[in-house]
Amino acid sequence: MELAIFYLFASIAIVAALGMVVLRNAVHSALSLAVVFVALAALYVLLNAPFIAAAQVMIYAGAILILFVFVIMLLSPRVDQGAGALKWQRPLAALCGLVFAVELAIVAASALLPTERGPFTPERLAEIGDVQAVGALLFTDFLLPFEITSLLLLVAMVGVIVLAKKR
Amino acid sequence: MIPLPFYLLLAAALFCIGLFGALARRNAIAILMGIELMLNAVNINLIAFWRYIQPAAPTWDLAGQIFALFVITLAAAEAAIALALVIAIYRSRDTVNVEEVDLMKW
Repeated sequence: MELAIFYLFASIAIVAALGMVVLRNAVHSALSLAVVFVALAALYVLLNAPFIAAAQVMIYAGAILILFVFVIMLLSPRVDQGAGALKWQRPLAALCGLVFAVELAIVAASALLPTERGPFTPERLAEIGDVQAVGALLFTDFLLPFEITSLLLLVAMVGVIVLAKKR
Repeated sequence: MIPLPFYLLLAAALFCIGLFGALARRNAIAILMGIELMLNAVNINLIAFWRYIQPAAPTWDLAGQIFALFVITLAAAEAAIALALVIAIYRSRDTVNVEEVDLMKW
């Protein structure tokens, strides 16, 4: 049952990712990307990380993708033309991707990986509280990275306003 | 029970599709979408390893989720900055085709 759900959402994610890469229209690409994000959120639930799944849907599908679609609508860029100055680029990119995929598959198949799952069963997470535990960790052990992240977001915000401002 | 390599292979496949998208497309926005896909693939790995590996210290037992959260935050900041750059380029050069943005190349 679990395996069937995994296969279902994994195949949805891969087909939608291929669609994102292949579709010429930028809006269609963005919508395919939304499908990938939601399918991955389902896989996070399968991995007992409901908080990350919620963050995935809210931040990726909610915020980042809306930003993409907004910019696509604002600029309404012409669709990608198949024939450009760099005709060899596409097969070379496919070759790079394939070689890298084969390398990663070899490593994943040959590396010494744990065959049993760790201690984070749904019962254990219900006991410590998933969101509570993540929040507690963020404000204790990971406080400095957390605060640096707020600085990063501030810098990004100021940078975006400066870059996108009309001169 | 799903073996860990299944998740790793899914992440590898998504990463390579994202890599192909980032390398092969000419539309700057499509390139950015490929990069977002690659960041997502990394997140699957983080969460899968978190689920399958025993934590070294009990206080760090949710570190994998924290890392994934940071990656999501960075992806949001990166997307905002990059799209602002795309808008700025479109204003000055009237294109989002990366082949035509070659002022610094020659």
